Amino acid sequence: MRRYGKTLCRFWGVSVAAEMEYRANFVISCLTTVLTLGGALFTVGLLFQNGHTPGGYSWPAALTVLGVYTLLDGLQQTLLAPNRAALTEHVRSGTLDFVLLKPMHAQFWLSLRRFSPWGLTDVAGGLALVAYAGWCLGVSPRAALTGGVAVLLGGVILYAVGFLLATLTIWFVKLYNITIAMSALLEAGRYPIQAYPAVYRAFFTAVLPVAFMTSVPAAALRGEAGVWWLVGLAAVSGATFGASCLFWRFALRFYTSASS
Amino acid sequence: MRAVVVEKLSKTYRVADKTPGLRGAVRHLVRRRHRVVPAVREISFSIEPGEVVGFLGANGAGKTTVMKMLTGLVHPTSGTVRVVGHEPRRRRAALLRQITLVMGNKQQLVWDLPAGDTLRLNAAIYGIPDAEARRRTDALCGALGLGRDQELTQPVRKLSLGQRMKCELVAALLHHPKVLFLDEPTLGLDVNAQTAVRDFVRRYNAEHGASVLLTSHYMADITALCDRVIVIHRGRLHFDGRLDELAARFAPERQVRVELADPADAGVLSAYGAVEKVEGRAATLRVARDDVPGAVNRLLSRHRVVDLTVADAPIDEVVEKLFADADADASADAERTA
Repeated sequence: MRRYGKTLCRFWGVSVAAEMEYRANFVISCLTTVLTLGGALFTVGLLFQNGHTPGGYSWPAALTVLGVYTLLDGLQQTLLAPNRAALTEHVRSGTLDFVLLKPMHAQFWLSLRRFSPWGLTDVAGGLALVAYAGWCLGVSPRAALTGGVAVLLGGVILYAVGFLLATLTIWFVKLYNITIAMSALLEAGRYPIQAYPAVYRAFFTAVLPVAFMTSVPAAALRGEAGVWWLVGLAAVSGATFGASCLFWRFALRFYTSASS
Repeated sequence: MRAVVVEKLSKTYRVADKTPGLRGAVRHLVRRRHRVVPAVREISFSIEPGEVVGFLGANGAGKTTVMKMLTGLVHPTSGTVRVVGHEPRRRRAALLRQITLVMGNKQQLVWDLPAGDTLRLNAAIYGIPDAEARRRTDALCGALGLGRDQELTQPVRKLSLGQRMKCELVAALLHHPKVLFLDEPTLGLDVNAQTAVRDFVRRYNAEHGASVLLTSHYMADITALCDRVIVIHRGRLHFDGRLDELAARFAPERQVRVELADPADAGVLSAYGAVEKVEGRAATLRVARDDVPGAVNRLLSRHRVVDLTVADAPIDEVVEKLFADADADASADAERTA
């Protein structure tokens, strides 16, 4: 474990050092976060015009969903998307060989090797939004703790679905659109799941687990999630993570390594 | 325990068959056709601890596929592989800590950062304490003529090809592996860098008793480092033995280079062997191995000889002849079958 911890520190140290070569990215990233968050707040605000309460949600309750979405989007930009892109690039160029030759769990390496600090502005924005909404709603410390764990589990689902899709690169090599697909998937979780028609709600719960990524953790934060929703969240999180591990091991049997 | 044991190893690839042009591309998109290509066919060999073995073959002969199966990157279709007692495809840490793979056309160094950062990363991955990693880095850099405060502190993209390959070697050997798989480590390097890499591999082998399997298209690498060579062609093993046996078997003639005091005459010299080249007073003859002593005696007694050397045919010519013979045998077999 200590070796993995030290390696992770060096992974991220090297990534941050590489990113620091491009300072303009930081300014652009801050600007993007402010504009995106502002745009999202405006859109959610429109839903509440003239006293409407979509799906029975109050304004601060909707902000918890938007906050969790922004937080997960930050996670996606900081860790998930850079590592998915790196996996595709490793397979295309054949440098996955070097990863597989190291005495380290390859999935650990391929999931955490890259760290892009520019996504942290979204993480900070999301946390601020969640904290503000929680303060407005008077959330109890216990609900905040349960909500924190639920957000983590939602993050695991987002990671696992993305890694499952990225693993397909072993067969199809060029899968640069995975990041766009994953962003679109998460985008559906930007608004409360109750705001969607019934068919969409069922689809985003049972087929694509978007509801488990944002709406359920947000409900847990508000202390409104039932036990069975939390059990479902833990089960979906465990199942998708397990599936991503098994699928990766299966895929490696078909890895042919780019030719020299 | 032997470092590498390979028995009846085979690998087939399923590759897409695509006709060139737009029509072919559309057809390929709608209905893919595949064919099975045998890359490696039932080859067997073993490598002892400390042995340096040259692995020869033309492009596409299957050398890299074998290397990848030996390192566990590619799973064999059939046959068995053992490297220091482990089955590589299982990727056990106990094996991965003892092997390394260096590829002339791929790099593990982080492009935008100094090589020193990759070395620190590798030290953490292999669990090498910082002080020990520094000591090993110094030793490896010293042997390769790299400056710890020069090449290791510059972004990799700013290094020359030769410096990059030297840094790659340091990164690949920091954990002191016992088995080295070197796939064209001198590819594209200038003569000085090639010599430095060769000397370094020889020294590492001597100091650590490491086994080395080396592929290279530069025969100078093979002749400088390897006593034993394995030759594969079209996935089949065609020769496994000492380098001098290879020359004796596939080049039954030796080269006699002679410089005379008087201008050489091809007609006169043809009495001693096949005249390959005549340039002024110098000539090169090809003489059957058994006839060399007699031919040299006659040359020395009948002509005023200034200089005379006898050598085997260049190894690349020998290998070329081996491939040509193998192709001719394969064609003959195909005709007989037809």
